[in-house]
Amino acid sequence: MSRSHMLPVWFFIGVLLTLYGAIILITSLGDWAHPAHTVLAQYHPGAWGGTLLLLIGSFYAIRFRPGRK
Amino acid sequence: MAGSLLADPGLLSLSATRLIALAPSDVIIILLYFVMVLGIGIYLRRYASTSNDFFMAGREMSAWVAGLSFLSANLGALELMGWAASAYQYGILAAHFYWIAAFPSMVFLALVMMPFYYISKTHSVPGYLQLRYGEATRALSGISFAFMTILMSGINMYAMALVMKVVLGWNIHFSIWVSSLTVAVYVALGGLYSAIFNEVLQFFLIWLGALVIPILGLIEVGGWSGLTARIQERMHSSDYVHLWSTLGTFSGNPMGVHWTGIVFGLGGAIAFGYWTTDFLVVQRAMAAKDLRSAQMAPIIASYFKMIVPLIVILPGLLALGVLPYRLVPETAVRPGLHSYNEVLPLMLARYAGPGLLGLGITALIAGFMSGMAGNVSAFATVWTYDIYQPYIRKNASDAHYVRMGRWCTILGVFLSIATAYFVTQFKSIMDYMQALVSFFIAPLFGTVIMGMIWKRTTAKGGFWGLLAGTLSSVAMYAAVKAHPEYLRYIALSPDAKDMAENLYRALWSWLICVLVTIAVSLFTKPKTKEQLTGVAWGYTQFPATEVLPLWKRPIFWAAGVAVFFGILQWIFW
Repeated sequence: MSRSHMLPVWFFIGVLLTLYGAIILITSLGDWAHPAHTVLAQYHPGAWGGTLLLLIGSFYAIRFRPGRK
Repeated sequence: MAGSLLADPGLLSLSATRLIALAPSDVIIILLYFVMVLGIGIYLRRYASTSNDFFMAGREMSAWVAGLSFLSANLGALELMGWAASAYQYGILAAHFYWIAAFPSMVFLALVMMPFYYISKTHSVPGYLQLRYGEATRALSGISFAFMTILMSGINMYAMALVMKVVLGWNIHFSIWVSSLTVAVYVALGGLYSAIFNEVLQFFLIWLGALVIPILGLIEVGGWSGLTARIQERMHSSDYVHLWSTLGTFSGNPMGVHWTGIVFGLGGAIAFGYWTTDFLVVQRAMAAKDLRSAQMAPIIASYFKMIVPLIVILPGLLALGVLPYRLVPETAVRPGLHSYNEVLPLMLARYAGPGLLGLGITALIAGFMSGMAGNVSAFATVWTYDIYQPYIRKNASDAHYVRMGRWCTILGVFLSIATAYFVTQFKSIMDYMQALVSFFIAPLFGTVIMGMIWKRTTAKGGFWGLLAGTLSSVAMYAAVKAHPEYLRYIALSPDAKDMAENLYRALWSWLICVLVTIAVSLFTKPKTKEQLTGVAWGYTQFPATEVLPLWKRPIFWAAGVAVFFGILQWIFW
């Protein structure tokens, strides 16, 4: 099969990180009023981390999406 | 270069009480990872139809993909957890294993050795040895590599299951079988394509999963100056935060080593042996689409390797400064106490809440699985190209060798599982197996480099040099095991500790290999110019890089990483 049609690894990374970002962000927002019993939980690292993953993931997923010239 | 997690087989004696409890979001994150890696394997199967596809990923990887994969193949979870533990134990001295043990050798591979590997069109390091020295040296190297790779894969699998048991309370058999079969499926389907894709994925997961520790840790302690003050206050010593200034004597630092051992043993023999001849990592660079990309791969990897201490060494140092209790060696673990080896999961549990915790655990699982995938894909390549094809079935069809590669991958996984169970029964064997692997690394570098740079090196010189270097390493190891006081002769000091033995043993075995190679070569018949074309310095035509703009040349980026290295040494001197 022609490898010119092969999806780049960056697309798979983008999809997974986007999903992870969404899950972590939603979990963190859901627990906003009652953060986990971890050190520095008041800074809501889950919200920051989830947003970062969402941004990185969606960048890669869109930039390397199938069919993009 | 393996992490020190395995240094003490007493890990099994750890408390069975789990360190971390997962939330539903964590479990979903872990499950998604398994779905993704299997999906990648199934998707890539259609592209892995020829032997060049299956074993060499079509030799069309970009420099970035090959470079990140090159690094990830080394960045296993044992490596991460082991060196975080070492940082807790020895302080920032552990960073030498990421700095001097990486940059010079990776750059050397890129600039000096990769052209020979790439231009000779060999499929493997043993394959290069066959071209340069002949069948005997290839057989010695290929069989020992295949054997060692499977053993190490099994040991890593066992260690992963053990960590999952300790950290998450998972059943050992469940961990071994689920992760092994997943690896077997995706590598057997997509070959090196699958292994490389998943290694690049793992690279992102490890960084993003572990980054929470240094960021929140530094906020908690008030930056680097706050951390050093806390460590000094708790440990009553500043030795833990200095890289070189304590290495003037063996007794002046927590590791019990001297700077000569770090520079020549670690940065020289061990690092050059590992990064330039271990086919597990070299295979990733050889899969690059052209020589420039193959050269850039280790250089790109070296930049990232230099900043890995941020997520490995720094968490160990932060633990020294913030954990309200002291961690202990494995041998001293009792109920209620935690060992050095648990430092990374403990720090993860300290800062990561639901979701982030799942990401961190996924990063560890990804590290274990891609390490195993790397081992079995390298095993399948060496077995098929360097053992099966030349000695068992020559001249078969290409499709036959691809089928052999797929079955060999599955066989490799099952042999790894068998090794994991064997280690479960005979835990002390782990220590010896790791030593066994270390016996070959330094002498092999001596054999390969002499073949590349000295035209006069003969087939007999290469073979006997490799054998003499390996046997001398075994002899030194056995002597110190039987008589621990002999360490003073190996490391040249009565104050040397265990770590020093590894460094100096590698150095001496490399020297013996080189000296024997030279001596035997001088008395045996050299190869002709025609036989050495493409495999030895002086008889190999390298593509000109002058036509490239400066910023595209490997030498330019190699100089950049050298400057980066120098700055880091100066900051943490």
